[in-house]
Amino acid sequence: MDDRPRQPFNPLLACLAALAALFFFFPLLGLVTGAPWGRMVSVITSKSSLDALQISLIASLSSTALALLFGFPLAWMLARGQFRGKGLLRGLTTLPMVLPPVVGGIALLLAYGRRGIVGEPLHKATGLSLPFTLAGVIVAESFVAMPFFVITAESGLRSMNRRLEDAARSLGASRWTVFRRVTLPLIWPALVAGIVLTWARALGEFGATITFAGNLPGVTQTMPLAIYISQSSNKMDEAIALSLILVLVSLVVMIFRRERSGSD
Amino acid sequence: MLEADIQLRLGKFSLDAAFSAASGEVVALLGPNGSGKSTILRALTGLLPLAGGRVVLDGTVLDDPAQRTRVAPEKRPIALMFQDYLLFPHLSVLENVAFGLRARGTDKKAARQKAAEALAQVGLEDQGAKKPGSMSGGQQQRVAMARALVTDPRLLLLDEPLAALDVSTKTDVRRLLRATLRQSHAANILVTHDLLDAVALGDRMIVIENGGIVQTGTPAEVTARPRSRYVADLTGVNLLRGTARGTAVDLDGGGQLTSADPVTGPVFAVIAPAEVAVHRQRPDGTAGNLWRGTVSEVDLMGDRVRVRVDGTPTITAEVPPSAVDDLKLDDGGELWASVSPAAITVYPP
Repeated sequence: MDDRPRQPFNPLLACLAALAALFFFFPLLGLVTGAPWGRMVSVITSKSSLDALQISLIASLSSTALALLFGFPLAWMLARGQFRGKGLLRGLTTLPMVLPPVVGGIALLLAYGRRGIVGEPLHKATGLSLPFTLAGVIVAESFVAMPFFVITAESGLRSMNRRLEDAARSLGASRWTVFRRVTLPLIWPALVAGIVLTWARALGEFGATITFAGNLPGVTQTMPLAIYISQSSNKMDEAIALSLILVLVSLVVMIFRRERSGSD
Repeated sequence: MLEADIQLRLGKFSLDAAFSAASGEVVALLGPNGSGKSTILRALTGLLPLAGGRVVLDGTVLDDPAQRTRVAPEKRPIALMFQDYLLFPHLSVLENVAFGLRARGTDKKAARQKAAEALAQVGLEDQGAKKPGSMSGGQQQRVAMARALVTDPRLLLLDEPLAALDVSTKTDVRRLLRATLRQSHAANILVTHDLLDAVALGDRMIVIENGGIVQTGTPAEVTARPRSRYVADLTGVNLLRGTARGTAVDLDGGGQLTSADPVTGPVFAVIAPAEVAVHRQRPDGTAGNLWRGTVSEVDLMGDRVRVRVDGTPTITAEVPPSAVDDLKLDDGGELWASVSPAAITVYPP
């Protein structure tokens, strides 16, 4: 493929690259060597750890599903729609990507909290309240993570050759068949990347969650919150063990994604 | 049988073209970029709505804005071939060819069977499992041909089908395309800006410029008697406009020519460059047309040299390469051009 001659060895470039690699390597090594290997099983299987793991998985998977359900139509409108204020809408929906998560949490409280613009009428009408519930965790994680899906799906939709859809229609395919057999397979890699990014972001979410949903063990305490609490209450062993679990989960996802996307 | 009267506007561009194509006929739409050729195809497929006119195929109205009739693209018995093939990259070659059949409701097994036969017809019988991306351009266009024809369309639209191929592949694919179109029972519309494609594949030619039809006729008629600068440039002849009084033609751009056939009224005059002789000195005893000009361009075209002489009229002559040296054409300067009256074809516009 690449017929350019091999680059000559550049010692400065190699040194800087090696430093960068080590920079990423040492923290991982620290986690592995610092882990309480002897007490690993008991720490992980303790009730508080299992609760946190369960809440994290439920909340992150739910918010990823919500991101798919609502984020895909949004991405579609942003990629294909023709309406005024599209740039503004895109800016609005992707703002949480650059917003400090704790600011997002405060904003969520003011919108969906019990006294919030939407939260107060919602509470009066139905008695539902989001803060300090598992649903609140899901809302916080969706707010922060969904933009990753929207942006990836939108760029997938934009970069596909839409004339292929024309070709499919001219061959007798209905709009739905075109979507199912042409559009979806072509943007599939982008969707998978979006899902993985979104899920990873949701799993690691901390600031918006603790601000909006609080830190109730067994209710809203996710893994990152549990890790933070363990570390700040001098239970370093627990913090390290829980961290290792998150590292493991992330590694599995990365490997799985590589396998699936194969050649690209 | 296709009867089309296509009227639409796209921003500042407006298109108004009425034409027909009989079943089994190949109509070549020839025109420069931006003339509206591809817009006509998109309108015929139903991807662009008409503002006026109508499209009727084999007696069925596909488009008639006045009657609010508009058949959806996928319901039209039309197939398309594109310059860039537009094969589905995620499907195998066989699945690509079977796509139209599957979309129109043929069951999977029968669709694959028919697709395999269609692939065999274009000489790709053992390539069905490949992905299109791993094939050459010529092979991909063969797949596209099979994909278009397997649905047995009543109207086949070919959008610059050979434009992306290199010269040697082009000849092969053109030959296969011609053989396939000869057997076709569909009305065929070929859009091209390549005169050779239009002449080799078309039974009839329609020349489009600026959203309108400027000339129709057999390829022989159109090339022998071009009615626009565009076609004249493609065939490489000199096209002049003027007004004839008998054998004398007053040219619109100034100057006068004498032709052999007497005509009256506004005319086109066509002169093949090979019929134009150039001289450094005023030749003695030349009967017919003789005028003076200056050399403005000298181009090598194959084994001939084309010389543009600016004068009244400005004309292009074709001379053997030896003349460049003999007449010192590279030096520019003044030149005499002569054409015998018998070499000038004059016809009304």
